[in-house]
Amino acid sequence: MKNKLAIGKALLYVLLVLYAVVTMIPFLWALSSSFKTLEEIVSGTISFIPKHFTLDNYKQIFIEQKMFPRWLLNSVFIAVTVTVLNLLFNSMAGYALARLQFPGKKPLFIIILAVLMIPVQVTMIPNYLILKQLGWLNSYQGMIVPTMVNATFIFMMRQFFINFPKELEEAAALDGLSRIGTFFRIVLPLARPALAAQAIFVFMASWNDFMRPLIILSDPELFTLPLGLNSFKGQYISYWNYIMAASMVFTLPVLIIYAFFNRYFIKGISFTGGK
Amino acid sequence: MRKKIWREAGASYLLLSPTLFVLLLFIIGPILFAVFLAFHKVQLLGTATFEFVGLDNFKRIAGDLRAKIALWNTIKYVAIVVPCQTILALVLAATLNAGLKGQKWFRIIYFLPTLTSSAVLTLIFMWMYNENGLINHLLEMFGLPTYNWIGDPKMALNAIMMMNIWSTAPFYMVIYLAALQDIPDSLYEAAELDGANSVQKFWYVTVPYLRPVTSFVVVMGLIGTFQLFDQSYIFSGGSGGPNNSTLTVVLLIYQYAFKTLGTMGYAAALAVALAIIILVATLLQRKFSKEESLY
Repeated sequence: MKNKLAIGKALLYVLLVLYAVVTMIPFLWALSSSFKTLEEIVSGTISFIPKHFTLDNYKQIFIEQKMFPRWLLNSVFIAVTVTVLNLLFNSMAGYALARLQFPGKKPLFIIILAVLMIPVQVTMIPNYLILKQLGWLNSYQGMIVPTMVNATFIFMMRQFFINFPKELEEAAALDGLSRIGTFFRIVLPLARPALAAQAIFVFMASWNDFMRPLIILSDPELFTLPLGLNSFKGQYISYWNYIMAASMVFTLPVLIIYAFFNRYFIKGISFTGGK
Repeated sequence: MRKKIWREAGASYLLLSPTLFVLLLFIIGPILFAVFLAFHKVQLLGTATFEFVGLDNFKRIAGDLRAKIALWNTIKYVAIVVPCQTILALVLAATLNAGLKGQKWFRIIYFLPTLTSSAVLTLIFMWMYNENGLINHLLEMFGLPTYNWIGDPKMALNAIMMMNIWSTAPFYMVIYLAALQDIPDSLYEAAELDGANSVQKFWYVTVPYLRPVTSFVVVMGLIGTFQLFDQSYIFSGGSGGPNNSTLTVVLLIYQYAFKTLGTMGYAAALAVALAIIILVATLLQRKFSKEESLY
């Protein structure tokens, strides 16, 4: 019996390790390619350890493509702004829907649930025309304003606030704090776990978004990283050493965030996973 | 008292104002606008003109060969990717949940693809799928046939499928992991008393218990896979090639809306049709999983 258990355990470990290898190979291969010379890339030899280890690719991409730092800045600015606004606005809406009484509450909640079901492609074309009319194509606000609120996270915040203990708010009301004052001073600071999970998802979605910038931004000055990377690939299609170096530069910030906050990622998914 | 009610309503609408603004201008307005566009021929040159054409845009879909190819590719993609990623996610979650040492580290590693942007992942895989690249070398090592993954119309969509199963399964794995924590130990203990082995316990306890979660994962998967765009776009440089083999419905909508002139109304009709297809697929799935749970 004990033997059998040990074999089962060993099998499970083999499975786990195998899949870990499957997960890691693309990243390791990209990383190793980014340190290889063009000759080694072209020769097609398969080795995870570069023959002539070089940092040249990383230097060269910033020389060949002067826009890289600018793209990085655009991506950071847009993703951070979108995240901050989402945290604020989704919580405000979620709180009103969870705790306050006002005419039109029920229909509004139903509309927000219904919006969750509509695929982006439907609103994409009209959005383009509306932004064009506003003169917001090729602008930061064109990227930020339409995404500064998110129905999924309004819903999530509502669920969070519904389970929030009422006593605190009642005490605040006795102390003469208004509903809005209560929200900002008492409730919001206590919502930190829900906010952390939300922040990570909103940031990732904005940082990785490809379709919206592709449609809205045509001026290379305003490109975000995914878009810039795609245009870089178009220019240097056989220079895989450059493309991999650029890919690694763009992946690093997210990996660093993940290294510090990975428990929030896991928590956040369980949050959105309908619980 | 009345004053208090009004004040609360005022506070509510103040808190809701940013949401209402975005909801009206960028979501509900556009949905109505999309339906309007679908019944019009749109010209954007100079001042935009809208000419009412009735159902012409929808009729055109039936005669459009590329629309049929795009729909077929998308359905093939959905039909293969959704079951594969769901099963893989479930198996990985159950393995991780077996209480082995170091599972936290495996979980951290497994989750990596979910974090990486679709643009970066697609480029990494294009490099691995290169004719002279890593994947063909590995296949050769094991004596298997090699392929021109990117250039061969028979293989290109498969290449994207494998990449996306690999990159999205971990996300659903985490959803399963959270649900696995809720299964009461007593169920497994009872199964053990009945002499069930690990595989039987997985099949007769874990899988049925997780059925509602599976339903959720499948619906999310359906919605996600029907919208395949980034990977196809980057893989084919926006064309959907080679030979339309990576053309998806969303890529086609993008091309008609923004790359060819005068077809924006037609693109809107395709988008509305896609939304209806996704809705029907979701409802069908819901219905099926409900019927299943009766047995």
